[in-house]
Amino acid sequence: MSEKLFVKGNEAVAMAAIEAGCRYYFGYPITPQSDIPEYLSRELPRLGGEFIQAESEIASINMLLGASATGVRCMTSSSGPGISLKQEGISYMAGSELPGVIVDIMRQGPGLGGIDASQADYFQATRGGGHGGYRIIVLAPNSVQEMYDLTMLAFDLSDIYRIPAMVLADSVIGQMKESITANPRPAVVVPEKTWAVRGRAEEAPQNVVKSLKLGDGEMEAFHWALHARYQELGEKESRWEEYLTDDAELIVTAFGSTSRIARTSVEAARNAGFKVGLLRPITLFPFPKQAYAALSRKCKRFLVMELSTGQMVDDVHLSVARDVEVGFYGRPPGAGSLPTPEELFEQIEKAYNN
Amino acid sequence: MKQVFSRPQSLKDVQTHFCPGCNHGTVHRLVAEAMDEFGIRGETIGVASVGCSVFLYSYFDVDVIEAPHGRAPAVATGAKRARPDRIVFTYQGDGDLAAIGTSEIIHAANRGEAITVIFVNNTTYGMTGGQMAPTTMVGQKTSTSPYGRDQHKDGYPIRMAELLAQLEGVGFSARVAVNSPKNVLQAKKMIKTAFRYQVEHKGFSFIEALSACPTNWGMNPLAANERVGSEMIPYFPLGVYRNTANM
Repeated sequence: MSEKLFVKGNEAVAMAAIEAGCRYYFGYPITPQSDIPEYLSRELPRLGGEFIQAESEIASINMLLGASATGVRCMTSSSGPGISLKQEGISYMAGSELPGVIVDIMRQGPGLGGIDASQADYFQATRGGGHGGYRIIVLAPNSVQEMYDLTMLAFDLSDIYRIPAMVLADSVIGQMKESITANPRPAVVVPEKTWAVRGRAEEAPQNVVKSLKLGDGEMEAFHWALHARYQELGEKESRWEEYLTDDAELIVTAFGSTSRIARTSVEAARNAGFKVGLLRPITLFPFPKQAYAALSRKCKRFLVMELSTGQMVDDVHLSVARDVEVGFYGRPPGAGSLPTPEELFEQIEKAYNN
Repeated sequence: MKQVFSRPQSLKDVQTHFCPGCNHGTVHRLVAEAMDEFGIRGETIGVASVGCSVFLYSYFDVDVIEAPHGRAPAVATGAKRARPDRIVFTYQGDGDLAAIGTSEIIHAANRGEAITVIFVNNTTYGMTGGQMAPTTMVGQKTSTSPYGRDQHKDGYPIRMAELLAQLEGVGFSARVAVNSPKNVLQAKKMIKTAFRYQVEHKGFSFIEALSACPTNWGMNPLAANERVGSEMIPYFPLGVYRNTANM
């Protein structure tokens, strides 16, 4: 049965984690994501789970590593400065092929920055973030409903591919309230975690979860195996949304909170008679290259919009056909820098008539 | 014929990479004997740290998680909370536990996590080639304190067993050495007590084991063993510093 609720984006993340079977949460307070640990500190003990407010972000990601190694579903959440601290553990999890969900409700940076919306952690999220050369799955919700749905998806993808998964939103999506349908957990078959460390029963092989690989050729083979898994992710799990793209002569593209504003502006542009469509990536890693490639064969003008000086725009350049013109409009994060629909409409009009 | 001595079942039948005269092998054996005697090999999860102790999984016949440098107590916390019916122990050196991992050990201890921590203190970073550790003795020359540790610039050697004994969450904290047969027998008793504490009292237990590092001390094994008694034990006294269950 699906329940209709009116909740905050952050609360939707916490509810979805519980629905997905997550009973272990490790975190540290930081604005604008503290609703997540607050919700889970109340609910997880009632469900027989564990909530730990760790002494640091470093400790919380390592608790996640330890719990995940035993085969359970578990989660942590944070924002910019905290996510930076977690990168050590995320790298070790990637090296140890451990699943686990990390929620990043982006705020401004660099440094302490500020607590308003930002998309400037796109590079950090989509390029792995820590040392050693790896990627993590990155899902970018643009509504409270998607905060709920994509959090559940993050658990499934992470378990299936044994890659840490990140839900990447910002303070707009995390803090706003919308009505959602609390769908039940989808019936996805995930492989049995035969690799998990549970205490070596008699006759069972010893299980070791580790990232140290010193054998001749061992590390090189591991990297190629990961690379192949990333390719498979790109082919099978890329997700995106297209809106009014069929006859479009200009494709606006944006993710997360910016895509919500851009959609309003695209609608205004259509009302003004401009043939404009919107392409919204839902997975940022894997980046839905196939959608960009396909659209760019028939539409030769793209306009990228981000709350940064331009990060996703690089991936758009890499994904579209060579003869495509890629424009960019960005507002770097800062108090008062969130663009209005009128502002984005002006940019669309300018690009369209150019 | 009665067999009176054999390899503990919790240890694999392999050679270790430890240098001649290093005490890691002895401490490994004592931990394995404790596991055998409690019959917990099949339900134990070990957490390896970074340094000479990283190859825990090569020597112990138990499931193992490898932790980032210093983070073993946090990794063990996650594992134990997820699997409270398992015996979880970390095995860490002094650079790992008393420098980069100070925050993790203090807070795991303060929460009273039901884990056992085996802390091997040899006053140096072994794996990386003998650099100054938080436990390096005042005046001790290392590869990064070539003029000797200067307490005015580098601080003093940290006594972890005493420091952790101040925390209410700690159930058992003791320091042992393995430089003589008498101390080995006492160390065995303490390590068993530490595991018994986890099994019976669901609390945090801590063992600091003083160890020789002949290679990085620039000594032969006999001289290094001698140094444990003449220099380390006077500064790091052996004994039980906290025992809330009077075990």
